[in-house]
Amino acid sequence: MDPRLTVGARIPIKWVTLFVVIGVILPFFMDGYTTFQATLVMIYAIAILGLNLLTGFNGQFSLGHSAFYAIGAYTAAILYFHYGWPVYATIPVGGIVCFVAGFLFGLPALRLEGLYLALATFALGIAIPQILKSSHLEELTGGVQGLDVFRPAVPEMLPLTMDQWWYLIVFVIMLFMFWVAWNLINSRTGRAMMAIRDNSIAAKSMGVSTSLYKSLTFGVSAFYTGVAGSLSAIIIEFVAPDSFTFQLSILLFIGMVVGGTGSIWGALFGGLFILIIPNFAEEISTGLSYAIFGIILILIIYVMPSGFTGLVNLIRTKIRGRIGTTG
Amino acid sequence: MNTGRKIAITFAAVAAMGMAATTAMAEKMYGPGVTDTSIKIGNTMPYSGPAAAYSQIGKSINAYFNKINKENGGVNGRKIEFISLDDGYSPPKTKEQTRKLVEQDEVLLVFQGLGTPTQSAVHAYMNQKKVPQLFVATGATKWGDPENYPWTMGWQPSYQTEGQLFGTYVLKNVKDPKIAILYQNDDYGKDYVKGMKDVLGDKASELIVAEESYEVTDPTINSQIIKLKDSGANVFFNVATPKFAAQAIKKIYELNWKPVHLNNSVSNSVGAVYKPAGLEESKGIISLQYFQDVTDPSIYDTEPYKKWKKFMEEYYPDGDQSSSFTAYGYLVAQTMEQVLKQAGDNLTRENVMKEAANLDLELDMMLPGVKIQTGPDDYFPIEAMMPIAFDGEKFVPVGEVVSVN
Repeated sequence: MDPRLTVGARIPIKWVTLFVVIGVILPFFMDGYTTFQATLVMIYAIAILGLNLLTGFNGQFSLGHSAFYAIGAYTAAILYFHYGWPVYATIPVGGIVCFVAGFLFGLPALRLEGLYLALATFALGIAIPQILKSSHLEELTGGVQGLDVFRPAVPEMLPLTMDQWWYLIVFVIMLFMFWVAWNLINSRTGRAMMAIRDNSIAAKSMGVSTSLYKSLTFGVSAFYTGVAGSLSAIIIEFVAPDSFTFQLSILLFIGMVVGGTGSIWGALFGGLFILIIPNFAEEISTGLSYAIFGIILILIIYVMPSGFTGLVNLIRTKIRGRIGTTG
Repeated sequence: MNTGRKIAITFAAVAAMGMAATTAMAEKMYGPGVTDTSIKIGNTMPYSGPAAAYSQIGKSINAYFNKINKENGGVNGRKIEFISLDDGYSPPKTKEQTRKLVEQDEVLLVFQGLGTPTQSAVHAYMNQKKVPQLFVATGATKWGDPENYPWTMGWQPSYQTEGQLFGTYVLKNVKDPKIAILYQNDDYGKDYVKGMKDVLGDKASELIVAEESYEVTDPTINSQIIKLKDSGANVFFNVATPKFAAQAIKKIYELNWKPVHLNNSVSNSVGAVYKPAGLEESKGIISLQYFQDVTDPSIYDTEPYKKWKKFMEEYYPDGDQSSSFTAYGYLVAQTMEQVLKQAGDNLTRENVMKEAANLDLELDMMLPGVKIQTGPDDYFPIEAMMPIAFDGEKFVPVGEVVSVN
């Protein structure tokens, strides 16, 4: 049984403070390109966390999260490009639009379980790039050509580069999103979500409204991924249908599994993995990059079957065990 | 020799060396990525993913640079270090990889980045950073805009240029033309139509007697073709992607309509269009080409082809010798070589861009008469093409090269 169901959890203040301090200092020691990559890692982490809320904590599969990522990105781009919104304001709106989309998609998905749900979301994932290219929406989406998003200059009083400024913004948003997720999971709602995952009949008989919680979780999950999508549109400064192919869904899924399903902070490691490992594989061999990526993935799954979080927990228990026996 | 003289000579020698060094410094101007012995050139290509077939272009460019590094010691004594990264045809990845090339690898320029959406993602970035984005591998028209994007240049004829060339062909070769156009209702289709209208000028509304568009989602275009035939046109301009182009060819044959049939290069394929539509039905269709068709046996005895074949066998032995991509890569790499040759020892980004906009080049695998020409206001390197007709088996030249200028 998940320990979170029985033991009241507390935020490990020491670790979180350390993480925040390092996170804030980091961009001042990295070059622009590395800062940009670190920003992408955090964006992926937010999206993966969204997927993890759905799959890891609620037991619903999704192979279509690239669709929500795309909706978030396009919401930001369209509001900026056609309606002249400030880019900062587009970020929450991208999330809210995705919440609605996710909630609505979650309603029919209630009738689908496991593999069937995976297929339905898969369909959503492959449909989105085509829909974005469709000539009926071209006025709005810019069709195949996509839309440009230009960031306003860094506020003058701040001695920061564009990359550092956006790194810090994304860092703060990520911390906030992680904090909210943590509170959600350690609340009544979170326990209901996990109860549905572990045994939905039992949860139902305990009085949990499974259909409401399931579609709400879908909405929240989409919200997270949508925020990540809008951030990516702003960081990349461009959206096009080819940015959001089904492959992105798979990458997010891989990130979730490698980071650890049912873990909040594992998402960060998942984001790191899906950004760094493909680049690393390419450096070894351009032609065989996917084969190498696959081999690394298999090795990692083999070495850490419950993801990075599982490995850390294992090490922690071992150390504790040793201290316990010797001391 | 007394000590005083020795010192004097030493001083003189040192001074002379110093002067030599300063003059050399004045002659040699280097941008990022350039040393006395090397030039770094960056590139992004889809080596993985659905568009991976295009990566043959990247591989043949790499092979060509290997050839000149080995045979000529590079360009003006500097070897070319070609850093080609995989972007999987995904715009965010292109942005990441391009930033890596510019900021970490510190390349002099980025060359032949492939794909319209992918290169759009870095269009603004490259111009902000003032890094040349040379000869992008896409047919969109927006790459030739020196006023707003002075650091970006295309290479292949754009859709709009091709539309202009078809217009020129009609004005030259068809008596009393009445033109009917079928086009796909998107940027690609509209670019072609705009090109043709540009050339026809004031007479456009008079000469174009009918225009019909279709949506990619339409099942057939039969009704459009019937309408176009009823307009009494004697020229049919086919701006459709392969499936629809083939439908049009078939329907026109069925209706026994015999216009001068102009087919856009997007659908100029025997395998994907003419065979499905029927080889008999496709006879006489005119299209435009700018470099040699490597599958045409009639060029197998020519010197340029032999040279290309030798290059392929020696430097890219597992490359596909029947693919237009490998010939394309060979040609575009030579264009890059020429720019670097012209830039000499002044290898700043500004000067590279200046020389890229100062080309007048003939390459031997191009069709005779098709030149690569650019100017400070002309960022469209290839603006001439040769009309060819399909004779049921292969393409045969018809008439002279048409050009915009």
